[in-house]
Amino acid sequence: MRRFYGVSLETPLMLGTAQYPSPAVLEAAFRDSQASVATVSLRREAGKGQAFWQIIRSLGVHVLPNTAGCHSVQEAVTTAKMAREMFETNWIKLEVIGHADTLQPDPFGLLEATGVLAADGFEVFPYTTEDQVLAGRLLAAGAQVLMPWGSPIGSGLGLNNRYGLKMLRAAFPDVPMVIDAGLGLPSHATDAMELGFDAVLLNTAVAQAGDPAAMARAFGLAVQAGALARGADPMEPREMAVPSTPVMGKAWL
Amino acid sequence: MADVTVIGAGVAGLWAAYALCEAGLTPRLIDRSGPPGPHGCSWWAGGMLAPWCEGAVAEPVITRHGAQAAAHWAGVTEVTQRGTLVVAMPRDKGELARFARRTTGHRAVADLAALEPDLAGAGQGLFFDAEAHLDPRAALAGLVAALAARGVGIMQADATPETIPGPVIDARGLAAGLPGLRGVRGEMLLLRAPEIRLSRPVRLLHPRHPLYIVPRAEGVFMLGATQIESEDRRGVSARSMLELLSAAYALDPRFAEAEVLETGADLRPAFADNVPRVQVRGRVLQLNGLFRHGYLMAPALALQAVDYLTRGIKGDLVHED
Repeated sequence: MRRFYGVSLETPLMLGTAQYPSPAVLEAAFRDSQASVATVSLRREAGKGQAFWQIIRSLGVHVLPNTAGCHSVQEAVTTAKMAREMFETNWIKLEVIGHADTLQPDPFGLLEATGVLAADGFEVFPYTTEDQVLAGRLLAAGAQVLMPWGSPIGSGLGLNNRYGLKMLRAAFPDVPMVIDAGLGLPSHATDAMELGFDAVLLNTAVAQAGDPAAMARAFGLAVQAGALARGADPMEPREMAVPSTPVMGKAWL
Repeated sequence: MADVTVIGAGVAGLWAAYALCEAGLTPRLIDRSGPPGPHGCSWWAGGMLAPWCEGAVAEPVITRHGAQAAAHWAGVTEVTQRGTLVVAMPRDKGELARFARRTTGHRAVADLAALEPDLAGAGQGLFFDAEAHLDPRAALAGLVAALAARGVGIMQADATPETIPGPVIDARGLAAGLPGLRGVRGEMLLLRAPEIRLSRPVRLLHPRHPLYIVPRAEGVFMLGATQIESEDRRGVSARSMLELLSAAYALDPRFAEAEVLETGADLRPAFADNVPRVQVRGRVLQLNGLFRHGYLMAPALALQAVDYLTRGIKGDLVHED
């Protein structure tokens, strides 16, 4: 697995921490999925020394604060600085939302905020689209990791533009990339890993499942399966049938 | 001479004192702020007795005990037994199907107007006919009155369990500072909209801004409630107010004309599993962690505490370790 700002993750699964029925269920989801990163939103939960932060810290995984729900560069930068102080990490998942309904990134604001934060010593994980031009600009602005979307946040649609994501992966073979947002099923996560992405990040698919811990475990297994398959050099699809058992020597009846 | 001292006159402490009286004991009730009021989170509750709806995300124990809550409350306050209506906007009907899968005790309603004429055109819904609601402030007053009738007043004083001899029930909520207890912020609005008639609580399922509306007397409605993992005690935020009002407006545009009577924000005490507990610490029983189920679970919690004190019965909400 490619390293994220010098950090090798124990597993390629990042889980969000919102929307669970209770912190106890959240803890079970982390335990059963073996996720190695917890993302946490600072937009609505300001303030220090809070019990919920303690719960996140006690998960014993890397914490990736995010700027969820920020619609402007200024908001995102302020939130990032707050997060750095609160969690004592330079990591920041940068969201600059451009559209209230689709929650798709604002590419212009994202690029500007990436530059500002990278110059300030942040290690930026920009939430972006599969657009290659934008990806190149984000890297030039100082990002060393990309987080392309699978599909709109919370939609559960999976990899909405598989071709575009494949091309993005191929265009920047050395850049660690995380598929972030829109995954609904473990098969979507496997798909992302099979395409060569380094990790996946999800929240709703687990937190809002009827049994979040079981779904978390399923996602944990799914990323493992996808990563194994990718490393095993999968066969190329063929249009012609090829028998898997030898026909030589059998009676032709 | 009191047999048991109860500290905290919120919904948990009042219920504990009341249940002690019913069991033939003499409680003494102490609260640092005196009788119930805006200083306690019980004041800001919705007052829904909706154990089956809550079952969509809460542990099964909440539904099991909550099912008895309406009957327990009927002895001390007026309980309105008209069920709960759960609705979703047409584009969110998937939310309704999911909610139906994860709950019991409901039936699908194709014609909402038959139940709530003012909701005609609000799409489809689920009807939980065994659920009920009450007015929390009237319910607190009912408990205070029931205790007064039994000679139990509320002494205003600072007290901690350590400074009091004999058996103590500690029902101070977050002020008890128990390990593992956290505050979960909730915000609510009280509106007066005399044009709108709803006879039962209505829950709007929405992927981003879920809402419930609880009717109170004289055209007043309670809109609630946010649930934010934060211990910020400041007043309701503009964002939350916008979201709550937008959701209400989507349900019935006449809410735009409503008079905003009150806004409230406070912290719900909760343990990691969001299930309340009777925690036994020697001669002290800690009743805490009622989360968003204060009115739903206070009777069961109080009765289990009293059963433990008087007969040594260890109910499923009692933790001895």
